[in-house]
Amino acid sequence: MTDDEARALIRTTLHQVAPDADLDAVEPGETLQEALDLDSIDFLNLVTGLCESTGFEIPERDYPQLSTLEGAVDYLTGLGSAG
Amino acid sequence: MADYATERASFTWALARRQLDGLPDGRGINIAHEAVDRHAAGARRDHVALRCLERHGGRRDVTYGELAERSNRFANLLDALGVVPGDRVFVLLPRTAELFAAVLGTLKHRSVLCPLFPAFGPEPIRQRLELGSGRVLVTTPALYRRKIATLRERLPELAHVLLVTGAEPPGRELPERTLDLEALLGSAGGAFEIGPTDPEDMALLHFTSGTTGTPKGAVHVHEAVVSHYATGRTALDLHPDDVFWCTADPGWVTGTSYGIISPLVHGVTSVVDEGDFDADRWYGVLEDEKVTVWYTAPTALRMLVQAGADMAKAHDLHRLRFVASVGEPLNPEVVVWGNDTLGLPIHDNWWQTETGGIMIANYPCMDIRPGSMGRPLPGIDATVLVRDEHDRVVLGPDGAAVEAAIGHEGELALRPGWPSMFRGYLDDEERYRACFVGGWYLSGDLARRDDDGYFWFVGRGDDVIKSAGHLIGPFEVESTLMEHPAVVEAGVIGKPDAVSGQVVKAFVTLGTGYEPSEDLRLELIGFARRRLGAAVAPRELAFDQQLPHTESGKIMRRLLKARELGLPEGDTSTLVGRR
Repeated sequence: MTDDEARALIRTTLHQVAPDADLDAVEPGETLQEALDLDSIDFLNLVTGLCESTGFEIPERDYPQLSTLEGAVDYLTGLGSAG
Repeated sequence: MADYATERASFTWALARRQLDGLPDGRGINIAHEAVDRHAAGARRDHVALRCLERHGGRRDVTYGELAERSNRFANLLDALGVVPGDRVFVLLPRTAELFAAVLGTLKHRSVLCPLFPAFGPEPIRQRLELGSGRVLVTTPALYRRKIATLRERLPELAHVLLVTGAEPPGRELPERTLDLEALLGSAGGAFEIGPTDPEDMALLHFTSGTTGTPKGAVHVHEAVVSHYATGRTALDLHPDDVFWCTADPGWVTGTSYGIISPLVHGVTSVVDEGDFDADRWYGVLEDEKVTVWYTAPTALRMLVQAGADMAKAHDLHRLRFVASVGEPLNPEVVVWGNDTLGLPIHDNWWQTETGGIMIANYPCMDIRPGSMGRPLPGIDATVLVRDEHDRVVLGPDGAAVEAAIGHEGELALRPGWPSMFRGYLDDEERYRACFVGGWYLSGDLARRDDDGYFWFVGRGDDVIKSAGHLIGPFEVESTLMEHPAVVEAGVIGKPDAVSGQVVKAFVTLGTGYEPSEDLRLELIGFARRRLGAAVAPRELAFDQQLPHTESGKIMRRLLKARELGLPEGDTSTLVGRR
């Protein structure tokens, strides 16, 4: 997955979970939960949505890597590349 | 508590009151004195009161002595601002040391504390500030800009907004009509003498949701601290050397009674985690901070179960001694997980905003019956009352409420008179009186009792939704949806959910000229989230042009729910198809 594809995927998945969230308003380094007023259930739904659309299982221990936008993009672009 | 029956037989609230100091020279009782000042003046002065874990790592310890001084500064600041005892101080803050200083300073000052949940959207915040006549609001610049700035004109009684500026980039200007709290605290005095405080003086205002109408402000008084202390001992087994972690946010009653007051009154060290739920982080907190007593909620426990046993096994949790949970009954999977993963049983307990403290619990000294909320605390009399077909409690010929037979469902009720019982709903005497029938306080929850006096939660007796342990009023959600031009009518229910117990689901009827579509569905959810916040807004929404109504025109939420669950629709004799 390219960087742009990852961003687009996060955007569409997030829109399903929290249609009010404006990804463009997130400042670099800010956590998505903080910046977009997501609660724990929203975050869980976001990750579950990403799992469904990528077909990859994201283990719970990796969740913190998805807490920021850059982290989530890096994580998604790296999926599958390690084998 | 070594033995339940013995403690129950010997317990009196007067004896519990004697465990506390009271203000010097018989000037009454004040929550903040019991929670902080008496420790700061004694042997526990240098004991760590708060271990604050920052969101992005880093930790800060605050001793009882330091907490006393900081809360003194806050109380002095309120004085300097011309705030008087009885005025309402609202707090909308992340879980940090500043929150504690503001809460305790407010109580010392004898102003009334009203905590707000940071995940509320602007509408619940405005409504509560308005209903509670908020005079002071303590928050952060980020929360102010996002949720309050646009409402300010509609809150004429809000005289002072104090901002905790710590996380603000240096040099950034504060919003208009706000004050820099940290700068003001720096120039406020560090000594403060608490004025005479009547045990019946209003101390805390907690808003809770009902089936209809606006949220209700449950009023609690300074005497409630007697319950906070006693229940911390009997239901949470707190001992002086404990490290205690209550995971609830102080914006809800659990986070105030047991996240702030009870552990401090016991003089223990409380862990305060600013971060959001994250399974690995939570196990890390339990391990690194050597937590001994942990009070959490079924939704969080279910998320930990989902994270798998391997993650837990990577952490050393052997210091944990007692685990309690509140919010809703624990499902068997969580009970098994507690035994297998923590090596400890999870002790469920029951209470609500109006009771101010734990009322029914499972204790370390008593066998747990998984799924049961346990037995009434020493000092608490509980029963189950018979309800008629209109959901009203049945009265006998003598005017007393009729108690249900063992094993039969009815309304869970408590005999009034414990110290943390609410003393009223703010400006709504009628709704308050309606809670007391035939000599009992009616909880609105349905339950049954077994042969041995264990109580079992059955469900809510009304349409109020319980999601992740929090009560959500369907009416608030419906009214917000109906503010959208496309929506003519809305019905909102709690749909059972494996993680959060219930999720909020809305059914909406569209006006002429609007067609159901995926875009409109998401627009409506987004619309509700912007106003209500993630914790209250619907997560699911369906279009329904045929919402069921009673003959009087009210939406039949129970029927919506029965349909959603594929259950028999029950007695529909009062139902008409369309209004």
